[in-house]
Amino acid sequence: MNEVKVVEGSEAVALAVKACRPHVISAYPISPQTHIVESLARMVADGELDAQYVRVESEFSAASVLAGASAAGSRSYTASSSQGLLLMTEVLYASAGMRLPFVMTGVNRSISAPINIQVDHQDTMSLRDAGLIQFYVESSQEAYDVHLAAFKIAEDPQIMLPVMVCMDGWVLTHSYERVAFADQKAVDEFLPPFRPENYLDPAHPKSWGSYAEADVLMEFKYAIHRAMSLGKARIKEILAEVAAFTGRDHGGLIEAYRTADADVVLVAMGSMVGTIKDAVDELRQGGKKVGLVKIRCYRPFPYEEIEEAIRGAKVVGVMDANFSMGSEGAVGLDLKAKLCGRPEAPLIIDYIAGLGGREINAQTIRKLVARTEDVYRSRLILPESEWVDLNPAILS
Amino acid sequence: MCAAKVETRESLFVSGHRACHGCGLALAVRHILEATGPNVIVVSPTGCLETFTSPYGYSPWRVPWIHHVFENAPAVASGVVAALKAQGRPVTRVVAIGGDGATFDIGFGALSGMLERGDDVLYICTDNGAYMNTGGQRSGATPSWASTTTHPAGKQSVGKTERKKDLPEIVAAHGIPYVATASVAYLRDLKKKVKKAMTFHGPRYIQIDTPCPSGWNFPSHLTLEVGRQAVKCGLVPLFEMENGKIIGVRKLKKKLPVTEYLQGQKRYRHLFESDGGQSELQKLQAEADKNIEKYGLMESG
Ligand SMILES: Cc1ncc(C[n+]2csc(CCOP(=O)(O)OP(=O)(O)O)c2C)c(N)n1
Ligand SMILES: [Mg+2]
Repeated sequence: MNEVKVVEGSEAVALAVKACRPHVISAYPISPQTHIVESLARMVADGELDAQYVRVESEFSAASVLAGASAAGSRSYTASSSQGLLLMTEVLYASAGMRLPFVMTGVNRSISAPINIQVDHQDTMSLRDAGLIQFYVESSQEAYDVHLAAFKIAEDPQIMLPVMVCMDGWVLTHSYERVAFADQKAVDEFLPPFRPENYLDPAHPKSWGSYAEADVLMEFKYAIHRAMSLGKARIKEILAEVAAFTGRDHGGLIEAYRTADADVVLVAMGSMVGTIKDAVDELRQGGKKVGLVKIRCYRPFPYEEIEEAIRGAKVVGVMDANFSMGSEGAVGLDLKAKLCGRPEAPLIIDYIAGLGGREINAQTIRKLVARTEDVYRSRLILPESEWVDLNPAILS
Repeated sequence: MCAAKVETRESLFVSGHRACHGCGLALAVRHILEATGPNVIVVSPTGCLETFTSPYGYSPWRVPWIHHVFENAPAVASGVVAALKAQGRPVTRVVAIGGDGATFDIGFGALSGMLERGDDVLYICTDNGAYMNTGGQRSGATPSWASTTTHPAGKQSVGKTERKKDLPEIVAAHGIPYVATASVAYLRDLKKKVKKAMTFHGPRYIQIDTPCPSGWNFPSHLTLEVGRQAVKCGLVPLFEMENGKIIGVRKLKKKLPVTEYLQGQKRYRHLFESDGGQSELQKLQAEADKNIEKYGLMESG
């Protein structure tokens, strides 16, 4: 019953995956994802986990193995980071298009060049349009709990899409935290075996991966989008089910933290959220009405929930650990696009922070909140996202 | 997922698909499935086969069939095998059928990985010597001196200057139990090899020469004839290997000069023009002779 242990974040994820009884695991090593799939390999080697473990020659093949296994009716799992996730890109688009509901962990790491193995969100962000459902987590405990939900969400007959749980590399995967584990019986009751309506079966031969002309292609694509938008309600229900049997509620699609009366709201995701919460508490003690929206489910984008949470705020500062070159940060763009033209929409400022593992600490947050208030007060129109803590000496 | 039911004979690959007239590949696939029987799952990469068999809403496949992307059929097949194992469905077998571009070039890494892992997949390469689905561009399987749309013959060019990759040898070097070459012009031989391959477990590889009237540019009623000539001149040696050893070859009664095979195809026309390719023709003849020697193809020899 809800055993508590101090484990590495990667081990927590591996234990969640194990509890979900996948049939097929396939993976390729890349830091900082590797500990997860090494743990799973050890579980299989020790007979603790009864799964086929396919040791492939690339991430491209890892994702492809999952596609085949999933189409053949097996629950399947992989994890990757950075360059590995980019190498999977084509396969992930095709898998979402074919409605193959596998689960993967996207362990966040910066993208080359320059090569860097520290955390930022550029890798998983580059996959946000693939048709994957994407979660971002704050802690190892949340990573554990969201992975339990992930398979059920992916396999929901109304959804049937791959799910990616994004988790900050090193900061979460390689740090030791207290994690409470779910009872296997409770997981089994919550998550029945994967029994898809369609799977590759000679008794009922069907053709998968057809060529679709312009007369049907848009409908195929819209159907994915619709599964995501209508799926929001189902995702919330499933997250609530996990909360019920684990006794841990991390929120729904978002977590609104001290936003009710806030003038300034920050929006963020991933492990930086913990730091921001502490900074918010501190600022509140100093009398500042600051709040935080943590995005848990990024695709589908929970704009109704965010809109609700920031209602009444004067200004919103978005923390993007990613950047769309030549434009702005992804979350900032999402939010601006959705709120544009709404009456009483707050001012939105987009900050680019933490790329390549650059530290975001309480001081960073205090500075950003002050800057956000300044911009609001002086009615400045910022020409573009603000890059936090750039070093002019290096740039010149 | 319903195909026009035109054919009366029970087949696992029915007519109504959209292959070109005289397509060697379509013929090969029908006979491959006759040999495997119905208890298979077929995986295909992007290519002609996928394009002409899968316009949404129609399918000639009477076995479960999956196409995912161009370069991953071996890995998708591995995934299906893993799932079948996990589910305890040992009777169903997995067959991948992919073009030469998918096999020799873009999917080569995935193929090598699948072979090295020893996954229980029969991988069949239907070799038409170019990227036909996209208009006949050069592949690693294009034979020397053929003109393709990305390496055309021209005033300064005699077509492809490189050799065809020797994929059966490379595949065999993975130490897999069964490797064979076949031709759609010899259907009984082809089916025998597929049947035999199905008796082995682990990765198996068959490379089938499938002449392409549209790409090689010959009249579409001559597919089988062109295929026969390719074998008879020695450019397409038919052999079987078990556990790395040649255990049989298709013998030739009489050696056909390579020019007889080449001259009917427009992809080699530049070699026959007046100022043209005497030395290239000689090199092709030398290659055929080398095959005949290497595999001991002559009946007398
Ligand atoms: C990654 C990627 N690159 C290129 C293509 C375009 N493409 C589709 S099929 C094909 C050629 C297929 O050639 P081959 O494998 O020889 O099969 P054939 O059509 O000749 O039977 C190409 C280049 C693609 N679909 N995906
Ligand atoms: Mg080809």
